[in-house]
Amino acid sequence: MRRYWQLYILLLPAVVSMAVFHYGPMYGIMLAFKDYRPYLGYLGSPWVGFKHFLRFFRSNKFWPVMYNTMFLSAYSMIASFPLPIVLALCLNYIPSVRLKKLVQNITYAPHFVSTVVVVSILNVFFAQSYGLVNNIRESLGLSRELYMGSAAAFRHMYVWSGVWSGVGWSSIIYFSSLSAIDETMHDAAKVDGAGILQRIRYIDLPMLKPTILTLLILRVGDLLSVGFDKVFLLQNDLNLSASETISTYVYSMGIGNQQYGYSIAVGLFESVVNLVMVLTVNHISKKLGETSIW
Amino acid sequence: MSGTKGKRVKLSASEQVFMIVNHLIAIFFLIACLYPLWFVLIASFSDPTLVTSGKVFIWPKGFTIEGYKAILEEHNIWVGYKNTILYTVVGTAYNLCLTIPAAYALSVRELPFRRGFNLFFLITLFVGGGMIPTYLLINKLHLVNTFAVMVIPGGVGAWNLILCRNFFSTNIPVELKDATRIDGGSELRFFFQVALPLSKAILAVMLLFFAVGHWNSFRPALLYLRDQEKHPMQLVLRNLLLNTSVTNDYEDAYNMKRMMDMQSLKYGVIIVSSLPVLVMYPFIQKYFVKGVMVGSVKG
Repeated sequence: MRRYWQLYILLLPAVVSMAVFHYGPMYGIMLAFKDYRPYLGYLGSPWVGFKHFLRFFRSNKFWPVMYNTMFLSAYSMIASFPLPIVLALCLNYIPSVRLKKLVQNITYAPHFVSTVVVVSILNVFFAQSYGLVNNIRESLGLSRELYMGSAAAFRHMYVWSGVWSGVGWSSIIYFSSLSAIDETMHDAAKVDGAGILQRIRYIDLPMLKPTILTLLILRVGDLLSVGFDKVFLLQNDLNLSASETISTYVYSMGIGNQQYGYSIAVGLFESVVNLVMVLTVNHISKKLGETSIW
Repeated sequence: MSGTKGKRVKLSASEQVFMIVNHLIAIFFLIACLYPLWFVLIASFSDPTLVTSGKVFIWPKGFTIEGYKAILEEHNIWVGYKNTILYTVVGTAYNLCLTIPAAYALSVRELPFRRGFNLFFLITLFVGGGMIPTYLLINKLHLVNTFAVMVIPGGVGAWNLILCRNFFSTNIPVELKDATRIDGGSELRFFFQVALPLSKAILAVMLLFFAVGHWNSFRPALLYLRDQEKHPMQLVLRNLLLNTSVTNDYEDAYNMKRMMDMQSLKYGVIIVSSLPVLVMYPFIQKYFVKGVMVGSVKG
């Protein structure tokens, strides 16, 4: 033990930071079951049991918010999950190394573009009076549409800009799994007369299966968490009927209206559902004898 | 690589079709990812009236740098730029000082309670306090509207820590360590004089991850910074570009004028704010890819 005290010194700052800023806030979760009065403090505020939760479940916001969150999440999962696999398989069969590298480098780039800039670009493309899309529509004799203020368009913009940001970056992990496949397997298959599509079907995809399943488990576990930033930036009064999700609702109730107990309860509900989802999906996957994330 | 390397083999007709379709798909991905960025770039160098009326598609038209001149005159943008640089430099240094040593310590197999510490960090990937309890805590600590709030709370993250730990466990040979021990070297000396110099790759990856994270970060500033003089670039950008109403953006004369002014700098601001990342990108992307791969090793 004494030999290792120096290692503990190296570890200490990170442990303290984590304890304060990640475990510290967990202490505040108790406010979900209390009526928080700042002058009474966390401990002194009166307990109210599940009052805040019941208020959320009974409020007329509950179903719209749940629906919007799950819809956005499911839509973006369906849209964004298969495409990186397609891209990785596609690149794996490009003979020209230069073209392959070029496509990789360009498709990774959007990952580094900030959310604010992504939303700005969406604005520039879809603005009613000057956006590129509406300019094209007009030249085709169609009417100019108010995309930025439309509930339906909000969903498509949110999801497909997410695909744009992530497709290249997410393909890296698949691409490297494909590169790790033993050359001789493909050679043997070729000798047996297997075409490219057959090799994709019987060699590449089975080799990718563990990676796909692991990522799928993690993704499904996130079904109830739609990232805050982009939704918030795209949100306005006109698309609110589609863009009010759990995280933005927590923000507007908590920061905007200062209803701390209530907004913490809503946030806690989200986290619990997510955790249950990860554990369930992971359990099912394990039962089926497939990958587990632990 | 696996599918195509090696001797040139004659492709059957159906495989030739596959190859053509495959190239088309690759080029589609290429264009789809590139074009939005390209368009902003060419629009920033074009006459705003031509952009607005939809004349600019592939190359700049009515070449001008008026937009960039307008940016030079926007005080807020420069304040934001200065702040972002400050937050990025200090924040990244702070992240590295916390993450790298801790990751190294966690990679030492004989460390007592190693599993416990690993779990301590790993749990935070799955459970946390959430937005509002964190907000209240930051309030209680009197960090709101301070420089420190942009640096301190995000000091260490489990994901990067694990990524880094995995690098150390696979890349620092145990034999080296035994050799130092025999020479009477301490753990700290080994870390600074042997482990760190061997870990330039992961240091580069971490540096870049953290720096890009700070550069692009938006939420802490939104939640915790009140004074405009402290706002980072991303928040300035949001207030400048996105706060204008979506509905009546060309209904009255004032808005029309305002819009044309905005037009001339809108595209330029996007470019200027992303410039450092975009310029560095070609040099650094291979490190990023390496980083993803190190992280994919299950820990």
